[in-house]
Amino acid sequence: MRLPHREGERIDRSRVVTFSFEGDRVEAFPGDTIGSALYAAGRRVFSRSFKYHRPRGLLCCSGACPNCMMAVDRRPNVRVCVEPVREGARVRAQNVLGSLDRDFLSVVDKVGGPFTPVGFYYRTMIRPRRLWPYYERFLRNVAGLGRLDQHARRSRRFDTEHRRAEVLVVGGGRAGVDAARAAARDGLQVVLVDEREVTPIEGVEVLTPARAIGVYEGGLVPVDAGDVLYRFRAERIVIAAGAIEQPLIFPGNDLVGVMLPEGVRRLVRDFSVKPGEAAMVVSADAAGLEVGEDLRAAGVEVAETIDLRDRQPRELFAHGRRGRVRSVVVDGRETVCDLLVMSGGRQPAYSLLAQAGARVEYDSSRGILVPRELPAGVEAVGTVAGELEPAAVPAESYGGDGRCFLCICEDVTEKDVKRAIAEGFDSIELAKRYTTVTMGPCQGRLCHVPSIRLFAREHETDAGSIGTTTARPPWAPVSLGVLAGRGHEPAKRTSIHHRHKELGATMMWTGMWRRPHSYGDPEGEARHVHEALGLIDVSTLGKLLVAGPDAAAFLEMLYPNRFADLKVGRIRYGVLQTDAGRIMDDGTIGRIGEDHFYVTTTSTGADTVIEWFEWWNAVWRMDVEIVNLTGALCAVNAAGPRARELLGRLTDVDVSNEGIRYLDAKEAHVAGVPCLILRIGFVGELGYELHFPSPYGEYLWDTLLERGADLDIRPFGLEPQRILRLEKMHILVGQDTDSESNVLAAGMPWIAKLDKDDFVGKWALEQVGERGFREQLVGFEMANGTVPLEGGQIVVDGRPGGRVTSARLSPHLGRTIGMAWVPPALAEEDTEIRIKVDGRLEPARIRLKPFFDPDGERLRS
Amino acid sequence: MSFLLPCPNCGPRDVNEFAYAGEVTQRPRAAPSQRELSAYVYFRRNVAGVQREWWYHRFGCELWFVAERDTRTNEVLGTELPPEKTPAATPVRSHEPTIPDAPVA
Repeated sequence: MRLPHREGERIDRSRVVTFSFEGDRVEAFPGDTIGSALYAAGRRVFSRSFKYHRPRGLLCCSGACPNCMMAVDRRPNVRVCVEPVREGARVRAQNVLGSLDRDFLSVVDKVGGPFTPVGFYYRTMIRPRRLWPYYERFLRNVAGLGRLDQHARRSRRFDTEHRRAEVLVVGGGRAGVDAARAAARDGLQVVLVDEREVTPIEGVEVLTPARAIGVYEGGLVPVDAGDVLYRFRAERIVIAAGAIEQPLIFPGNDLVGVMLPEGVRRLVRDFSVKPGEAAMVVSADAAGLEVGEDLRAAGVEVAETIDLRDRQPRELFAHGRRGRVRSVVVDGRETVCDLLVMSGGRQPAYSLLAQAGARVEYDSSRGILVPRELPAGVEAVGTVAGELEPAAVPAESYGGDGRCFLCICEDVTEKDVKRAIAEGFDSIELAKRYTTVTMGPCQGRLCHVPSIRLFAREHETDAGSIGTTTARPPWAPVSLGVLAGRGHEPAKRTSIHHRHKELGATMMWTGMWRRPHSYGDPEGEARHVHEALGLIDVSTLGKLLVAGPDAAAFLEMLYPNRFADLKVGRIRYGVLQTDAGRIMDDGTIGRIGEDHFYVTTTSTGADTVIEWFEWWNAVWRMDVEIVNLTGALCAVNAAGPRARELLGRLTDVDVSNEGIRYLDAKEAHVAGVPCLILRIGFVGELGYELHFPSPYGEYLWDTLLERGADLDIRPFGLEPQRILRLEKMHILVGQDTDSESNVLAAGMPWIAKLDKDDFVGKWALEQVGERGFREQLVGFEMANGTVPLEGGQIVVDGRPGGRVTSARLSPHLGRTIGMAWVPPALAEEDTEIRIKVDGRLEPARIRLKPFFDPDGERLRS
Repeated sequence: MSFLLPCPNCGPRDVNEFAYAGEVTQRPRAAPSQRELSAYVYFRRNVAGVQREWWYHRFGCELWFVAERDTRTNEVLGTELPPEKTPAATPVRSHEPTIPDAPVA
């Protein structure tokens, strides 16, 4: 029922906006909320309560209570009383089986009482245990409020923005606007946020609709602006959150038609909607009583007005029919009405202040909680500071027939609280957790103060001695999407990525990198490297330049082996370890000049190694610069017996075994591209790693494949590389080693030059050397073709004695090979061990030398 | 954790931009006993109060610096880059951190 045009209304009657509610068309005006439009269209039941499925209608009409939560465009738990209408929006009721007016689950309200007392989930439906799965299925279906749309994938985009402000004002009421204006006049940069629209203020950035969801450590105020979360840090935070009208606690106080004055005021003044036919007003303060004038102006008969400051009734309860108010009884006198406007006075919305560190105190003379002792940089203005007109303290509850709801979010009654106290929950914090009062969607806005008063009465003590429960974020409901921010799946791709896709590679994740697993035939690709020629993209390797007069000394300190004596143009393998002697990473180090070293790291370890190098240099301050070249350089490895022939076709330098020896590093042009050629043998065959500027990636890759076509060059992926490296017993840090491994136990004692004065991890290794170790990394072979799982157990005398770290069927060798940690006593060539495979124990033999080319003849040829 | 950390190079930034690397520790000068080594590798004072600690501006200038922070309040009293480079003449194997430990009362 719309009233004729009124001065100050927020709706624009010149246009019509339509949306659907449960499939029916609803008309509204711009400026309406979904709630006001539905109310104007005659809807009174807006939701079904959480537990008993009782019908509920508009109560606060200000976004504080849970009574109007619906699903809007599949977004659950939207408070439609403050959600602006949108053309074409699809609005549906939630938490009902059937319809809002006929909800089959309301049977819980009729017969479920004995089964659903406070804390029922700890007590009922537990026995017999075997029925629990059925109970659980039922409970999961009826519990909770809205439903998430499981098929909605990234329907909206959310962002996070870090913002600064000199002054951040939360709340756009009179006090907030005054504070913002004053600060702006002082020339400060001011931001004001409010859930409702605020008239523009000169010199102030007004963000609406936006809600401050909390005050966190360091004065961080996250502001939910719908699709953006602003993380505000302000020099001054001004809280002007206002005060919230409190409901009275009496039987029937949750009936449809029981409203708070502000709700009625908004319906009449903002949306020109007639809220009912006959009304009764009960209020503890003048602001609540003033609503009588709005009602009369809207043509509502005000049948009775009770000013609680004049008299406190002994008895107050509402009769209902089908969940709606029919009459109200006060001290034996019944008044027929369809609208009961009630207010227990206003309570400062102090939560944000408490989160910021303010102390909160119960003022027994006024019956409200007020913030005290604000922390530095935080101010409170207006009613939130406790500047309120005098009001009566309402009774803890009023007597009469029927259920008396203390918490409408979670359907907690006065009786539930009494029962919880009788059961021994005598601290307010514990009683809160047990009864869930203040834990629902309203976050205590409407139930915190009433619950403290009631608690005090039941304990026969003063409400001031009860204390309060802790105010925690979020103060305003926030969607998970806003908190999660933009969906990020960072992927790093090498500059040859698209060529791999064109060649039909299956891609896989290695850390953040996307790499080719194989090009369709991992075993064939591995065999081809042994027989002819393969090409692999190794651009993911970490690549650093360590340069400066102290470069050699710096590396001497970081690596257990020697670098001072490394000749220019030569390469050495190195393992990085911590001072605890634990293996961190490995790679090759080439000396490309007297003061220049080219360091490679594992693909996933690059960032860690750079931080590690920079950190030690921040401590030692040696004359060294560390430059990260990982993204700047591409790298490919051409490996196989025909690799030399291919390289010879593309460069002028002498590629003979004397021209570029095994472990030589040489700068040369390959197919016109400036390259650093590293002759190393991770895959066990003659091979050249070419490192060159990334922009040439596809060109050089293509050229190598074209010019090597008659040599039958084929690309190979990561999986074949893993087979090949395993044949050589080259470890993969992180696969064959873990955070406990050291180089002695990992079978590389030769790398630790303990005669050096010092290096990171030296002392720990010395102690390991004295103490010995519990397990050792070895190779193993299995004859019968079974392949144990990586992580598979090694059984010694019927007990777990070790574990498999890598295992593959080698197509070239025709048997299963792998690496494993075993007790040192078993770490002898040819010892038989047993490995658990599919529950059976399978025999395997220990190998200490590489499975393939144990003496490295092919590498050096 | 949610506070601003003033990077000596970039100014105050959200703490999420940084990597934390723990208390400033003293690396033993010469071959330590097992007890000394264990203390250095595994033990931290874990003070409730002001401590000197390493931070790395990972999503920023990628510099390491030392902050003095009150672990109870996350108040940052100050930050500084490690002292300037020592001349090349300085012995290469000075293992002593140039940021000495600041014991806290």
